[in-house]
Amino acid sequence: MKIEVKKKLDVIFKGFLLLTATASILVTVGIVVALVEDTIRFFTHPEGGGFPTSLIRFFTETEWTPTFISKKIGIWPLLCGTFLIAGIAMAISIPLGILIAVYLSEFASHRVREAVKPWLDFLEAVPTVVYGYFALLGVTPLLQWIFAKFGIEMHGMNALSPGIVLGVMILPFTASLVEDAMKGVPQYLREASYSLGATKLRTAFQVVIPAAKSGIIAAYLLGTSRAIGETMVVAVAAGMYPNLTLNPLEPVQTITGYIVQVALGDLPFLSFEYLSIFAAGFLLFVLTLFFNLLAVYLKSRVERY
Amino acid sequence: MDYKKAERVFSAIGIFCVWFVLIFLFSIAVKLFIDGFHRIFDPKFYISYPSRFPEEAGILSAWVDTIYIMLGAIFWSVVLGIPAGIYLEEFGGKGKIARLIEANITNLSAVPSIVYGLLALGIFVYRFKFGESILTAGLTLGLLMLPVIVVTTRESLRRIPRAIREGAYALGATNYELVFHHLLPYSLGGILTGVIIATSRAIGETAPLLTIGALTFIAFLPPPPWESFIEMLKSPFTMLAIQMFNWVSRPQEAFHKNAAAAGFILLVLCLLLNSISYYLRYKMRKKYQW
Amino acid sequence: MENLKLKVEKLNFYYGAFHALKDITMPIYERKVTAIIGPSGCGKSTLLRCFNRMHDLYPGTRYEGAILLYPEGINIVGQGVEPLYIRLRIGMVFQKPNPFPKSIFENVAYGLRIKGITNSTELKDRVEKALKDAALWEEVKDRLKENAYSLSGGQQQRLCIARAIAVEPEVLLFDEPTSALDPISTARIEDLIVELKSKITIVIVTHNMQQAARISDFTAFMYLGELIEFGPTEKIFTNPEKKLTEDYISGRFG
Repeated sequence: MKIEVKKKLDVIFKGFLLLTATASILVTVGIVVALVEDTIRFFTHPEGGGFPTSLIRFFTETEWTPTFISKKIGIWPLLCGTFLIAGIAMAISIPLGILIAVYLSEFASHRVREAVKPWLDFLEAVPTVVYGYFALLGVTPLLQWIFAKFGIEMHGMNALSPGIVLGVMILPFTASLVEDAMKGVPQYLREASYSLGATKLRTAFQVVIPAAKSGIIAAYLLGTSRAIGETMVVAVAAGMYPNLTLNPLEPVQTITGYIVQVALGDLPFLSFEYLSIFAAGFLLFVLTLFFNLLAVYLKSRVERY
Repeated sequence: MDYKKAERVFSAIGIFCVWFVLIFLFSIAVKLFIDGFHRIFDPKFYISYPSRFPEEAGILSAWVDTIYIMLGAIFWSVVLGIPAGIYLEEFGGKGKIARLIEANITNLSAVPSIVYGLLALGIFVYRFKFGESILTAGLTLGLLMLPVIVVTTRESLRRIPRAIREGAYALGATNYELVFHHLLPYSLGGILTGVIIATSRAIGETAPLLTIGALTFIAFLPPPPWESFIEMLKSPFTMLAIQMFNWVSRPQEAFHKNAAAAGFILLVLCLLLNSISYYLRYKMRKKYQW
Repeated sequence: MENLKLKVEKLNFYYGAFHALKDITMPIYERKVTAIIGPSGCGKSTLLRCFNRMHDLYPGTRYEGAILLYPEGINIVGQGVEPLYIRLRIGMVFQKPNPFPKSIFENVAYGLRIKGITNSTELKDRVEKALKDAALWEEVKDRLKENAYSLSGGQQQRLCIARAIAVEPEVLLFDEPTSALDPISTARIEDLIVELKSKITIVIVTHNMQQAARISDFTAFMYLGELIEFGPTEKIFTNPEKKLTEDYISGRFG
């Protein structure tokens, strides 16, 4: 082949690569366009009261019933449910994540680490609907049995059991990010600590973890973002009732749960219900984006040694 | 307390936490197995369509559609993801465009999957008029897999030493010759691992497919692609995970058994795919030691 | 009288804002071995990599001036000159052996294949010839299908030489080719370089002054991106004109 021909082929080849790389940008643009456009339509829709009434109602009403005849569009019940469950998940995930990460990276033998890692990875690959099944039919009955001993009644649908399951589900993700953050701490800091006579445990908790602080916080922010965006566990086990409560034993609905509930029905294009899931989705997108960007920012200013 | 003891106590706590997680995973598998026992070993379960009667319901349409959809998803994610990964790692440099795409992909990988579902509903289903079809489902899951493929492609390429690239260029190789003769063959194992991992995650995805209108009651199969490819793409769909979701959200307990059986099959499928990817990674590490 | 093969004229080279080569002017004679010596960081490898436009692979690099390639006298670093074309005529052997993780045969055949040679008998003949020229044939003739990584370091480097000469380049660049090798392998490669100069013009960068003295006909001494002195090897090593050269040769720095 002549060099001129090769050169032309090369230009075409590089162009093709660039084209596919920009596809990811199109996906983002698509997401933003779909969400923003229909969110605007939602807030200008007559059934919501039109702009700006709808926006005021969105933030001041305490009920979320866009699918009912009398439409209330206060977002707080959904936000409350979302953060309640994410909070429970993080309450499980933060302490366990640190313990597992410290144990695996500083204490466990190489063999233990190699044996455990694949299973932790596998935990991440388990379909979320399977976790949902387990939350509804495994964890909830167990918790109901335990609570009954104390004379406390627990709903079959509740925030607690999907929260717990979600916490374990994102554990491998957060633990491995925490571990990465701790690995980033240079060896000489550990050695300095040991040379002063500090024990392994002290070194881990008083030198390594403080030094990896930003990275660890970033890990948990990403974990939170996952918990907020998780759908199937909550759709199966948390209930379908937007409930403005902080009681973990009651049924709640998350933003994602609401989207699933509406999507299961028949959706006329551009109807108020159709638009409401885009408004909810837009809020979800903004929330997770906020947590992610915060995590990226924290990671970027991880202390340099 | 002397420090040896403290360390032993901490190790015990650490081991306990690890065991807690592993037992959690194990009990999921056991729960599904016990609940779904009868259906897992019932051959009719695999060759029946969904039904009003729990004992007669099966997953035939679900697993057939799953195969078509996953093939579509793999196609899109590979066609878009591998070249994009090559571009970013090899030719993007530190240019503005490359940095923008990179940041964008990092963010995309953290976008909740249900948001992809809304993208697909708003753009593919209604604006592009692809309908609630196998095409849309494959495309959606493909986009969901895209960030994973891009990232693993880049990681596998990064493992190839610079000297190999210089060696090929010094002989007068063009960029595409370098990519097709060297970079792709040497990184194929790593890329394949990424594709399998991404597949195993996408196969259990439920949320984005629910929003684009997956059906839960399909009593027919799409026309086979060798008869009518277009009709197959346009056909409505369900998936194993969707079927399972539908069964678990029904009040009748008999349907829960079906859900458990479907869940167990999904679990085994994921375990299988993960094991393959582990094996491949191990093999490749041995084959190319730079 | 020697014929000119390459002529470096007022060559300046920049990595971004860093001025790595300053006003280099020197000849490279046909079918001679020219050694470039100097302390590390003096720009000798940078200069070598200008000859086959290797710097083009990395962003932010810039050439000024000229390197003329004879007989036509085209400017290698000129605008509009195709690096692919240059690299087909000027081969390169690297510091560390970098065979492709393919079979021994495929390694040597690779350059021929991308040149468009597909005829299998021709490929076989030329691979054999290249391996013979690289003094590797006897060791590998029964294991051509084996992976190149099964060879020892010295063999791998000779394989890389075979790979480079298979396409019959006019000039062959060596970038410290023996720095990663043991003394015996080094000696074999040095012998090989001396044999090769009957057909090919050779430019070699080395940090080893004895090596330069042993195998080269001309020597260029560089320091901090500048060419301090160029001349017949014998003269450089016995009677250098510049004080700096003398100090370096006599081991007072570097």
